[in-house]
Amino acid sequence: MGITRRAALRTLLAGSAVAASAAIPTESASAATLPTPPADALGLLYDATLCIGCKTCVVACQDANGLPRDTSGIDYKYDAPVALSARAKNVIKLYKGEEGESFMKAQCMHCVDPACVSACMIGALTKNRETGIVSYNVDYCVGCRYCEIACPFNVPKFEWAKATPRVVKCELCRERLAEGKEPACTEVCPRHAVIFGKRAELMQEAKRRIAAEPDKYQPRVYGETEGGGTQCLYISHVPFDTLGLPSLDDRPAPELARSIQHTVYKGFIAPVALYGVLAAVMLRNRRGGQAPEDRP
Amino acid sequence: MSAHVHAAPVGGRMMTPSARALFALFGVAMVLVAWRLIAGLGATTAMNDGYPFGLWIAFDVVTGTALACGGYAVAILVYILNRGQYSPLVRPALLTSALGYSLAGIGVALDVGRWWDLWRVPVYFWRWNLNSALLEIALCIMAYVVVLWIEVAPFILEKYRDSDNLTLRRVSRSAVPALKRASVWIIALGLVLPTMHQSSLGTLMLLANSRLHELWRTPMVPLFFLLTCVSMGYAVVVFESAFSSVAFKRKPETAMLASLAAVIAPLQVVVVLLRIADLAMRGVLGSLFSGDIRSNMVILELVLFLAPAAMLMSASSRRNLGHLVRSAMVMMFAGALYRFDVFLVAFNPGAHWSYFPSVPELLVTVGLVAAEVLAYVFIVRNFPILSGGHPAAPERQAAS
Repeated sequence: MGITRRAALRTLLAGSAVAASAAIPTESASAATLPTPPADALGLLYDATLCIGCKTCVVACQDANGLPRDTSGIDYKYDAPVALSARAKNVIKLYKGEEGESFMKAQCMHCVDPACVSACMIGALTKNRETGIVSYNVDYCVGCRYCEIACPFNVPKFEWAKATPRVVKCELCRERLAEGKEPACTEVCPRHAVIFGKRAELMQEAKRRIAAEPDKYQPRVYGETEGGGTQCLYISHVPFDTLGLPSLDDRPAPELARSIQHTVYKGFIAPVALYGVLAAVMLRNRRGGQAPEDRP
Repeated sequence: MSAHVHAAPVGGRMMTPSARALFALFGVAMVLVAWRLIAGLGATTAMNDGYPFGLWIAFDVVTGTALACGGYAVAILVYILNRGQYSPLVRPALLTSALGYSLAGIGVALDVGRWWDLWRVPVYFWRWNLNSALLEIALCIMAYVVVLWIEVAPFILEKYRDSDNLTLRRVSRSAVPALKRASVWIIALGLVLPTMHQSSLGTLMLLANSRLHELWRTPMVPLFFLLTCVSMGYAVVVFESAFSSVAFKRKPETAMLASLAAVIAPLQVVVVLLRIADLAMRGVLGSLFSGDIRSNMVILELVLFLAPAAMLMSASSRRNLGHLVRSAMVMMFAGALYRFDVFLVAFNPGAHWSYFPSVPELLVTVGLVAAEVLAYVFIVRNFPILSGGHPAAPERQAAS
């Protein structure tokens, strides 16, 4: 009986060792290279120095996506969404403070390694292999809202007001792209403050602008590395955090949770092994005559 | 030394005044559930795009399933550590677990926006996203509910061994021995599944990464969730055993609970030591003393974790049933607070977002717990779950 108990304790210790080792992301995972976007990844470049805050892009976005007018902001009279919501996939905000003044365009960032896609149980949110666009398919959505927890930019929104709710977020006008058009927001922008293109080319353009007028711009492109990189890029004359863009390190946002899941469930070996060991211990206990007979 | 269990139905009337009150609470909850299904989540809950997880996830699912880990905790003790003397606790613990997990499942179904599509999650296996901790939790909880009811089934079916109904008798006589033969494989599954999803519940919020406060943002969260679900499971067993002795006027199993308490108390200390070591290793021990709401919550958690260990230090205090119950309640509260903190307090979507559960959210949760208590009382009155004691009041027995 003593041996059995020791064996059982060993089992438990082995089990907790698995759990503990799983709890620590492996060195190889953290030393891995940054994720690379697809070669033809599409995106936006928003230049805060050019935006005049006319919000034409906001209206164009609503029209293109069939979104209802959002009058929740000003006096309940004007169509003027103040933040991303189930009725606004794209908004213009104003920063006014110590660092000066700037407009800010908010929409899905189309992350290179999106946390929302990592969260989604049966792939209602997916990242396109060629374009890198993060799109939503309601057929596979159960409305759990884990994507909202996951997104470091607080982008996916939920139709709280409906009994049959969906998740709403910018999909870079993928229907318009299929028709050979560009996204609604870039098409209408009178100052070309937001432009559409391949991420690689937009990155070059952003760096060219910064190099040409280094005194005007913050010295880097937001989205090049933040959270593993995004396909929507920002350049600005005010610090990015004043625009509400979070300070993220270079590691992809979903990396920590994913490395735990992958380590514990690699090939599903650990759970199966645990199952086998537990059953073996019980069979041994039963032979030892210790375990109670009265069992299901 | 082999402990045989002689479980028997407690008997007695179902419709006591307290049962009526519980039914009323359940009725209110059902009305609100109907409202939620018709009007949607925005009209009935305080959840929003900043705090998309609210009370139903943090309590009904994350805390509720941990409180329903009595079956898991007792099964480890009895079947793996081979402590047969605790086997009288197995049946009530498994029943509480089956009920608790079933209610957590109902809680999830109410919480998800598109509940009618939930069946797709287990069925569409070719679309499973194995990066998603939530997928694993969903599948494990669904499977575990089934496993728990298979584990409970023999206790229910036993009653019909000599039933007048031929079908029931046949089912009982064929299923009970078959389930007994397969018990090792079923129990092992009943141990692996909670190990998986209770730890993954901790992984869940780590996906929020930068928006999860550094005091809780550690790869150790899965381990802490696993350890606390065991201590919460034991605490519920103590609580439930004491509740049964009072409610059904039975001899309390104080000696057994006292020795159980001696096993749990050190676990609480281990959790606290691990948490402090984790904070120190990550270099954020300093922010524990920053005095803001979040750091104070962690200090409160640590105190609540240690308190039951201190309360149960001496053997004489462990033999006092009231003292055991009080320490068990503190233990449950400690684990619940830790879980609430990880899911709601540690999560920071931005300054302009706030969440406090709405009245309907609270009443639905209360109503579901009331239903759980009612179901427990009904089953122990009518089926052989509790063992050892005998009803003290003969007129109640006559009424059954």
